Amino acid sequence: MNLKINNKKVKGRTGQTILEIARENGIKIPSLCHHPDLDAKASCRVCVVEIKGREKLVTSCSTLAEEGLEIFTDSPRVKATRKINLELLFASHAEKCGSCSMVYDCRLLSAAKKYEVEIDRFPDRKGKRKTYRFANAVEIDGTQCIDCDNCVEACVRQGIGYLEKAGSGINQEIEPVKDKDKACIYCGQCTLHCPVAAAQEQGAWPVVEKALKDKNKIVVAQFAPAVRVSLGEEFGLPYGENCEGKIYSAFKKLGFKYSFDINFGADITTMTEAEEFIARLKDKKAVWPMTTSCCPAWVAYAEFYHPELLPNLTTARSPHIHSAGAIKTYWAKQKKIDPRKIVVVSIVPCTAKKYEASRPELGLKGRPLVDYVLTTREFAYLIKKNKIDFKNLPDSDGDPLFNRGSGAAAIYGATGGVMESALRSVASFLCAGEDKKNTLCDRRLEFKDVRGLAGFKEAELNIAGRKIRVGVVNGMGNFSRILSRLKKYHYIEIMACPGGCLGGGGQPIPTTEAIRKERAAALYAIDKKRPVRRAHENKAMKEYYNWVMDKKLSSRLLHTKFKKSRGSRLIATKKDSIFDFLKH
Amino acid sequence: MVKEKDIITKIATAGLVGRGGASYPTARKWAAVKSALKNKKQGYIIVNAAEGEPGVKKDGYILKHHAVGLFDGIYLADRFLGSKKIKKVYLFLNHKYYQEYGPGLKKALAVKKYRTLKEKIEFFIKPEKLTYISGEETALLNLIEGKKVEPRLKPPYPTEHGLFGHPTLINNPETFYDVSLVAAGRYEGERFYTLGGALKRRGVYALPANLSIEEVLRRTGNYPDRPFFVSVGGEASGEVFAADQLMGPVEGAGLIMVYDLEKTDEKKLFRYWLNFYKEQSCGHCTICREGTYRLLEMINKRDNFHGDGKGRKKFDWDLFWEIVAGLEETSFCALGASLPIPLRSYWKNIVKRKKAKLS
Repeated sequence: MNLKINNKKVKGRTGQTILEIARENGIKIPSLCHHPDLDAKASCRVCVVEIKGREKLVTSCSTLAEEGLEIFTDSPRVKATRKINLELLFASHAEKCGSCSMVYDCRLLSAAKKYEVEIDRFPDRKGKRKTYRFANAVEIDGTQCIDCDNCVEACVRQGIGYLEKAGSGINQEIEPVKDKDKACIYCGQCTLHCPVAAAQEQGAWPVVEKALKDKNKIVVAQFAPAVRVSLGEEFGLPYGENCEGKIYSAFKKLGFKYSFDINFGADITTMTEAEEFIARLKDKKAVWPMTTSCCPAWVAYAEFYHPELLPNLTTARSPHIHSAGAIKTYWAKQKKIDPRKIVVVSIVPCTAKKYEASRPELGLKGRPLVDYVLTTREFAYLIKKNKIDFKNLPDSDGDPLFNRGSGAAAIYGATGGVMESALRSVASFLCAGEDKKNTLCDRRLEFKDVRGLAGFKEAELNIAGRKIRVGVVNGMGNFSRILSRLKKYHYIEIMACPGGCLGGGGQPIPTTEAIRKERAAALYAIDKKRPVRRAHENKAMKEYYNWVMDKKLSSRLLHTKFKKSRGSRLIATKKDSIFDFLKH
Repeated sequence: MVKEKDIITKIATAGLVGRGGASYPTARKWAAVKSALKNKKQGYIIVNAAEGEPGVKKDGYILKHHAVGLFDGIYLADRFLGSKKIKKVYLFLNHKYYQEYGPGLKKALAVKKYRTLKEKIEFFIKPEKLTYISGEETALLNLIEGKKVEPRLKPPYPTEHGLFGHPTLINNPETFYDVSLVAAGRYEGERFYTLGGALKRRGVYALPANLSIEEVLRRTGNYPDRPFFVSVGGEASGEVFAADQLMGPVEGAGLIMVYDLEKTDEKKLFRYWLNFYKEQSCGHCTICREGTYRLLEMINKRDNFHGDGKGRKKFDWDLFWEIVAGLEETSFCALGASLPIPLRSYWKNIVKRKKAKLS
């Protein structure tokens, strides 16, 4: 199909919207409510364009392109109406730029500059609205909402439906539903799909900044598998570029004393989980299927919606809790540092990890193992705020006692990655005594059946004479698809976010299907390049693991427990500031 | 009895158009639903009789006086579209109409001819709190489906993808009544007019559809003897004309609202329109939700609405019309886009002429 945009000849395919074709051709049209993951709602009216011969302007996000159209994206009519719509939106979005972690990437502000918007043409009308905080993970600030509904739809797509738009007209407002049978699972997909950061992680960066200035504290950082392949996007680096080396340098610049890779912790998780799986295989009374539990949003989901499944969850702790445990015990001992002085900050693609870190059973001696959790977005914000030229940082390395983990750890960030990591180790353990010629023993390193972004994947393997059926779910909304068939499987990986952690609620905005693909490919590329690709072959990790076993600390450092929950902790407050944290 | 094939030709020849306000050719709409149903197992009919447009009273008039004609029209639509495929007929009414005319309607249905139709008909009562927008046909679909009452993106149109995703015929009661007249060979090109405002003989009249505004006023004995102006179509969305501009036809839902030129308070009238739209906006799109609110806020301020700004802050007419242009250009649905009609036409036909006379 041939058409013209701003007098430039462009080509499009049937079924594409004007916005899609414009963006493919590098023509910029501002938009707010549009998100490729979601249905077109055409509610913000900012992406309007003019089509020659049509009486009215159309929203480019919802209008399909047609042969021969002549489109103008910045005509005087378009500019004038876009300006007034933006001015009206600014008046329903209380500017809290001073404490907003999206301030350097604010779509409202950049559109304001381009269209000479008078941002205070109308007085703010939502200043007195409430902020809803879900535990310590996610918040929805009614004073900043522009009524696009994306959070509601993102939550519905997760199979949760915890949010609703109450009221109508200017009185409508996003609220948690009154239904007591629904609860927030802290996945943060609402924050990932909010165009104006009204739905946002509960920022921990102010407390981290404060800790970094405290001379009595030794502040250490650790970062998750999925962060390295997405952080670069915040600084204009290509999608999927591995920024491990730069991240270590950024830690140093920000004042962290030591830094670590959570991949090391992922290897501990795989080791613990693989051993549990084998123990279940040997136990005739074992509960099947075993499911992963490293995704804290899935854990929150299971604890509320399906407490009957809690015995299925592996008791292996999640990677950042494992590595934090190693830092505050084994590492502190070797370094002769008082663990009470250590402040562990996790940089993760996740909002639910904030909640996980605060769970009392994941502490040691009454103190949390992970002190603060920052999302990828918050970390990017700190780098920008401190004017660090991330793009041009040199590569450096973390503390030498722990390493960057095996290839199996790298793929933890992608859906299917935890399963594949566990299978690599389980297969090695079980096939160890078998004749190498026994083709029935699946010694594969790569299990490609469980890769890819499909909502549900499954595979059947032969390991040491046993048939093992595995399934992988990503996107909490896909869980209901297999609920009735659960008993068919031995092992199921569940990640609440679409694509797994690489599509996590704390990842850079935008995160779309195409971007998730790039990030996944990058993680599998890292795996290929790692010298060690099976978790249990990571020697430094094994040394730690053996130390834990020798000291009989496994229940305190390797395992966790779950309990039925009555729902998410909800706090609704009027007028609040992120800096309130500092007062406590 | 008319055959199914013939009815559509008759409707087309008679030139019937929708009487909900948009005047879409009836034959084209019926044919679209019929053709969409070819490959589908089921469809729906909705009679939109909730009279969302303020001032218009003809839906109630038809429910009261022409229940048989209405059901005849629905019966013909049901047969034309394929009675087996039409799973349900929703009769969408407001609460007052249901209370007043419900018994009469049920009585009219209790005849042998409508035996199967009667089982399909469901009276769907508009919740009292619901707004203007629920009369918009896609918002009405959401209402019946139990979703948030706001308009849907078009296309797809309800004729193909309507209630619960099935082809759906949505018409005004007047349209069904007209069809019954066409089928009986009694259609004489008339339509219903509602006359209201500063008049002696307010009410609903059936008169030829091609009359001018002035002729309707004169034929009903309503031509005012005082200086006046009119709003035509609907009280909220109608176009405003001065007394010497009445040669055009009566558009939209057929309302002629007469205002006393000297006694009408301009600011109050603006406030009525703006408040109506602010209250009725569903909130889906920016310009309608925020724009109507800001326009009203401007009017409600004590800024000098009429004068030159002496003493009080001058009214910012530039900003006012900027928002109005935004409504015209970027409203999601016809609700927001119709507010500019009364505002602009009143400004052009009444205010500007007044000023021209004064100078």
